[in-house]
Amino acid sequence: MNKEPIVIHNRWNTLRQHTDARIGLGRAGVSLPTREQLAFQLDHAKARDAVHLPLDEDHLQHQLQEQGFEVYRLKSRVKDRREYLQRPDFGRRLSAESVAFLQNHASNHSTPDTLIIIADGLSSTAVASHAVAMVNRIAAGLNAEGFRAGPICMVSQARVAIADEVGELLKSQSVILLIGERPGLSSPDSLGIYYTYAPRLGLTDAARNCISNIRPQGLSYDEATHTLMFLFLESYRRKLSGVQLKDTSVNASQHELDRPKQHFLLPTDQVQE
Amino acid sequence: MAYQCAIGVQRYQFNDLKTLMAKATPLRSGDCLAGIAAEDAQERIAAQMLLADLPLTTFLNDPLIPYEQDEVTRLIIDQHDTSAFSIVAHLTVGDFRDWLLSDHADTLTLQQLAKGLTPEMVAAVSKIMRIQDLINVSAKCNVVTRFRNTLGLSGHLSTRLQPNHPTDDPAGIAASVLDGLLYGSGDAVIGINPASDNDYAVTTLMKMLDDVIQHYQIPTQFCVLSHVTTQIDAINKGVPVDLIFQSIAGTEAANTSFGINLALLSEALDAGRSLNRGTLGNHVMYFETGQGSALSANAHHGVDQQTCEARAYAVARHFEPLLVNTVVGFIGPEYLYDGKQIIRAGLEDHFCGKLLGLPMGCDICYTNHAEADQDDMDMLLTLLGVAGINFIMGIPGSDDIMLNYQTTSFHDALYVRQVLNKKPAPEFERWLQQQGIFNAQGQLNTASELPGDFARLSLPKGNGR
Repeated sequence: MNKEPIVIHNRWNTLRQHTDARIGLGRAGVSLPTREQLAFQLDHAKARDAVHLPLDEDHLQHQLQEQGFEVYRLKSRVKDRREYLQRPDFGRRLSAESVAFLQNHASNHSTPDTLIIIADGLSSTAVASHAVAMVNRIAAGLNAEGFRAGPICMVSQARVAIADEVGELLKSQSVILLIGERPGLSSPDSLGIYYTYAPRLGLTDAARNCISNIRPQGLSYDEATHTLMFLFLESYRRKLSGVQLKDTSVNASQHELDRPKQHFLLPTDQVQE
Repeated sequence: MAYQCAIGVQRYQFNDLKTLMAKATPLRSGDCLAGIAAEDAQERIAAQMLLADLPLTTFLNDPLIPYEQDEVTRLIIDQHDTSAFSIVAHLTVGDFRDWLLSDHADTLTLQQLAKGLTPEMVAAVSKIMRIQDLINVSAKCNVVTRFRNTLGLSGHLSTRLQPNHPTDDPAGIAASVLDGLLYGSGDAVIGINPASDNDYAVTTLMKMLDDVIQHYQIPTQFCVLSHVTTQIDAINKGVPVDLIFQSIAGTEAANTSFGINLALLSEALDAGRSLNRGTLGNHVMYFETGQGSALSANAHHGVDQQTCEARAYAVARHFEPLLVNTVVGFIGPEYLYDGKQIIRAGLEDHFCGKLLGLPMGCDICYTNHAEADQDDMDMLLTLLGVAGINFIMGIPGSDDIMLNYQTTSFHDALYVRQVLNKKPAPEFERWLQQQGIFNAQGQLNTASELPGDFARLSLPKGNGR
């Protein structure tokens, strides 16, 4: 009779203190044990739901209005999620109704200094979880520096470049886009910020600054707001954004440069500098 | 020149060769996005029928992207080996399919033919082939390359150990390297996608991987997948570099968007070879490709994405790589929408690369916004195993925590080796056996405790999770 255990565990799974990677999973034969297999499937289900569950826009609008923000509801040219995933070009442009709405607004209101735009992007989970908290912090940061943001623009089925069209139609000097990022298996709720000075149709990513991975296990709300406000003020001083505008503020990522180069696989005297 | 035919009362016309090729391509979202896909299934078959009747020589006389406009076209035409081509020079595309499937096309003949084929010829014939045809012909191809071990031998399947970490943390990377080695992964290469492309971060990782390979005397090679210029700079500074990586595409304009051209790749090849670090061979280049890259750079010239991909293999071939990896499902659903499209594309890429004489591997992968899941990856993995793929990726639990996508795990490679009776590279397998990771029969032996030279490592305390 075979005395081998059915599932072989790996004692080196304690090395997970060094990484979120799925190491030391053990094995049944050469395959994943049931527990690990189902844990993976659950994480994939969460990531899929982040992409496919529609954002509860009514709820988000209500939350923002309760905090005293005026909210506009806009749509891209995309008709459904399937088209959104296959036609990024449609997701970058506003629907005809939304264009008309904003044109009408622009002729009746004064022009804002900047705009906060919220787009579902590829993770409704990220927007539902983090957008209100980020809007509050960004609005406070702008107020403290004496800038006036226009109404919060919520755009459904939108890609990053939608902010260019919204900003141009409302004649805003800059745009701050909050958007759900492509979900990872271990990070289904990651929010991104894209900042653009002098937005207009036809800009490329080279004209934008991106702050990525905003979520509890990633970049904190306060760190993200700090970086954004640094970029924002620098961009108004230099009248540009994008690749020429570098984030030279001190933040957590810079400490990475000072970390030790040792690791447990080699004896200490083996590691070269 | 226009191509015309009729099916019943319906007439079809295709205004030029690239339009005919695009319309003949099995459905995929990227060609729809580019506006060049067939309007419906019957138009696609009409184009395939016309394509099947074209002589292979058509592709030499009528380049899809003009010779004057594109250095990749010039490379394809200037490097074409007419004497090797003479074996099939009299055939049409349809005849070529029949010939490939016949006993006339054995392993040796296909090796002799490789330099006589152009990317457009292999792309064209792939468009009129079913999945079983693609597998059947690929399985007859054999491409062997060497650096510190021997890759691509018949009956073998290798893996790239991909220990990525979101902040390039050395201990985090070391944990994934160890886990992979203990599951028999890493004979193709231990290759990190660095989170940062800055010189300091990249050279730190290069030294780290070199130290690990030397300390444990692992018969494999490492690579840090930064921009080619960063790696050339590292070589010039005396940093150890095994393989030189670069993403490449099938048009000059797309390569320009990657910040490269053929002259720069030649410089990289010379720099890599000058180090003479390979003990068994001097294949020093590692290329990655993927359908849709030319379109996403708006540099496709109206050519379908699968043909653009095959043209990237002409670029790769010129630099005698150790490894070519088609990263098939990474680019997203706007180029390959679902599991069905990803599976077919992976098999097409492997087929085209192998016919052109390349050591093809595949990053069998998907993103969370694609209509694909682990079942789809299992199908592509199994099919590519049967087709004789040289190497696949290996990552802890299929989850790349830096690039945020799913690829094949260490376990997946063991599965496909087990059911298809495949082995790692022979030099690497001997090392695995010396370390007690594999037993004498070549089966995974690793139990709960650390084996071999790893037994003296001190592990953190705790019960794991």
